[in-house]
Amino acid sequence: MASAVISSSPFVCKSPARVSIIIFHFSVSNLQFSYMVVNLGHKDLGFSSFRKPSQISIHGCQKKSISRMIVSVMAPQRSSSTSGSVKTGMTMTEKILAKAAGKSHVVPGDNIWVNVDVLMTHDVCGPGAFGIFKREFGENAKVWDSEKIIVIPDHYIFTTDKRANRNVDIMREHCREQNIKYFYDITDLGDFRANPDYKGVCHVALAQEGHCRPGEVLLGTDSHTCTAGAFGQFATGIGNTDAGFVLGTGKILLKVPPTMRFILDGEMPSYLQAKDLILQASVICLTDFVFLTIISYRSIITVIIGEISVAGATYKTMEFSGTTIESLTMEERMTLCNMVVEAGGKNGVIPPDATTFNYVENRTSVPFQPVYSDGNASFVADYRFDVSKLEPVVAKPHSPDNRALARECKDVKIDRVYIGSCTGGKTEDFMAAAKLFHAAGKQVKVPTFLVPATQKVWMDVYALPVPGAGGKTCAQIFEEAGCDTPTSPSCGACLGGPADTYARLNEPQVCVSTTNRNFPGRMGHKEGQIYLASPYTAAASALTGHVTDPREFLQ
Amino acid sequence: MASSLPTLSRALPSSSSKPPSPLVPFRSPSLKITTSTSFLPTSISLSSRGASFAIPRATPASHGSGSDETLAKTTFHGLCFVLKDNIDTDQIIPADKATIFPSNQQERDEIASNALSGLPDSHTTRFVEPGEIKSKYSIIIAGENFGCGSSREHAPVCLGAAGAKAVVAQTYARIFFRNSVATGEVFPLESEVRVCDECTTGDTVTIELRDSGGLLTNHTTGKQYKLKAIGDAGPVIDAGGIFAYARKMGMIPSPSVA
Repeated sequence: MASAVISSSPFVCKSPARVSIIIFHFSVSNLQFSYMVVNLGHKDLGFSSFRKPSQISIHGCQKKSISRMIVSVMAPQRSSSTSGSVKTGMTMTEKILAKAAGKSHVVPGDNIWVNVDVLMTHDVCGPGAFGIFKREFGENAKVWDSEKIIVIPDHYIFTTDKRANRNVDIMREHCREQNIKYFYDITDLGDFRANPDYKGVCHVALAQEGHCRPGEVLLGTDSHTCTAGAFGQFATGIGNTDAGFVLGTGKILLKVPPTMRFILDGEMPSYLQAKDLILQASVICLTDFVFLTIISYRSIITVIIGEISVAGATYKTMEFSGTTIESLTMEERMTLCNMVVEAGGKNGVIPPDATTFNYVENRTSVPFQPVYSDGNASFVADYRFDVSKLEPVVAKPHSPDNRALARECKDVKIDRVYIGSCTGGKTEDFMAAAKLFHAAGKQVKVPTFLVPATQKVWMDVYALPVPGAGGKTCAQIFEEAGCDTPTSPSCGACLGGPADTYARLNEPQVCVSTTNRNFPGRMGHKEGQIYLASPYTAAASALTGHVTDPREFLQ
Repeated sequence: MASSLPTLSRALPSSSSKPPSPLVPFRSPSLKITTSTSFLPTSISLSSRGASFAIPRATPASHGSGSDETLAKTTFHGLCFVLKDNIDTDQIIPADKATIFPSNQQERDEIASNALSGLPDSHTTRFVEPGEIKSKYSIIIAGENFGCGSSREHAPVCLGAAGAKAVVAQTYARIFFRNSVATGEVFPLESEVRVCDECTTGDTVTIELRDSGGLLTNHTTGKQYKLKAIGDAGPVIDAGGIFAYARKMGMIPSPSVA
């Protein structure tokens, strides 16, 4: 029984609009209610500026569609103001694209030819991309810049699948022919450590090898290329044909996306991680909101992806800022931007700061120029979150926006845990898991697979002491907890892979995973049930054999 | 919900006044036409122009020289395969098939035979029958966010290789949409309403495209639906994909002969 203000048409943004939204759900006498309060203005929400709340009763699983409708209701359709002579400011993304296109100003919707700073490809898409390049530019054509193409085998590496192996060989041949400077090759599949050039998961390797720099345009033949937006650059995934085009020209035709702004403030609770943020966030007004304190609410949940859904950010930029973001490490920022594509976003972006510069300058001497959104830039939507109220969440099968509180899933029995991938297999992800295992002092109840993203991560797992663990390394803690030995670094079973891939879901089992997608068949078996979670939640779940809120062991 | 969706009254020209629609040639020899579609020929004939009436494909034989048909007269016809929301790329083509490199016909056939094989078993009707390479369905109708997930081009490629000509979805994931346009493998069209709730797999449909938008006619139900104009992707599709478009704009030369 939706109220009249709910529109049933899909969200179409005609022009930038500034919107603040609060949605909270609560239950009274077993009935669930949602209050939706909107402030169509620039001020923070205060009690006096409320519109009359619209009462919606939600039954069953209508939350997803209601959430999307909220977005469509909230953006007022003003007539376009872009034709006037007064130029509005630009968002970070607009600025980066304008500069890369040699233009002084762009607006969302502009189709522009953009110069590419870095093109990344891997073993699965590289052969296709180079094949198209040769077909279109000629067998003897040369790439536009042999130092701006980064070739990173990572997807199907440690397998006997002949085609997968063939792909790495094909890339070797292309890189030799084109004199590609950065080819992180692997020849000895039996021992990854025998390959000094081999890195592992492309998105983590790009960051670790200093290829991510503020203000640049980075494209990759992989949907999670958006991870690099954590460095304050424009980074997005493209297909083989587009990549083949970039290989020959160093340019790409892009449509400038409008930007949705997410401002996260408040201190991160100790049990919360970036994965929880991107899966779930709570929207609470930052100003005094008396109304909230007198309502007993079952849960205040407004999930970033769960709220805006797997298509809520389609064709848009997701820009993250706020005091919480500033407190995140680079790896946590990467986790946040990594799953922008799961919300349908074109790219994610975080304003660069001292944390960014420190990370980047330690890894590259290539100069860069950071950019920031103008004060008068136009955003198509504004979301504010107070993270101190958030709780750990999971994405239940079979969609990344099917979020639920971890503690509400504690009856879900699981068969295995997987910690790995570009989303949840970085050094800090393993540190977090180890910290929880150490605090608990128990053994895992289910097979727990550990797949470090890169060689560097693997080495950190074996070499770095875990804070507060008396000098023990992650590897030692994992062994004591009964986890499987950390395996060779690659994308592993995040996307299933060839049948012999380590930790692949070959049976219809329930798996808690720190990866990024849980659509049917994602990790192998079509009936496999994947619960996406933070490393803390994954570790806690391993210890109980059920989906478990990490506060069981961390507080 | 279905009853509230707008539908247009059937307004097809009579069979005597309209020449047989040029049908998609040579990709779907097993296409079955139901007897209710009386204005269509009972056999498929290749277009007299020799070129495809589907999207000019970015293949070596056709780039730059594709069909001389403009967007205004493109027509697709065939059986439809109906899907719902959030069909991700792993359902379209399972990840372990991504090692297939559709550069030669043999591997292209292989990827075609696996199109939509990632759908859960609750989908009892298969898009491509076991042992077959081509699908008998040339038009896919879907809900929201079609093609979400990975950026792999194998997704639109396998659909095109299996004989799909067009997808009519409510909305698309952007990388899939872009890849469809760039490769020219399938025509990504957007409907204005939830056509997927009103069509059933096996219905016979016709899609007629105009510069201002398109029209989807379901001959089995008799309903028609407006399709959104292709928008900014139009010039790229018109030209025949991103390479042909760039050549047309003078950005890149034609491929040099070795």
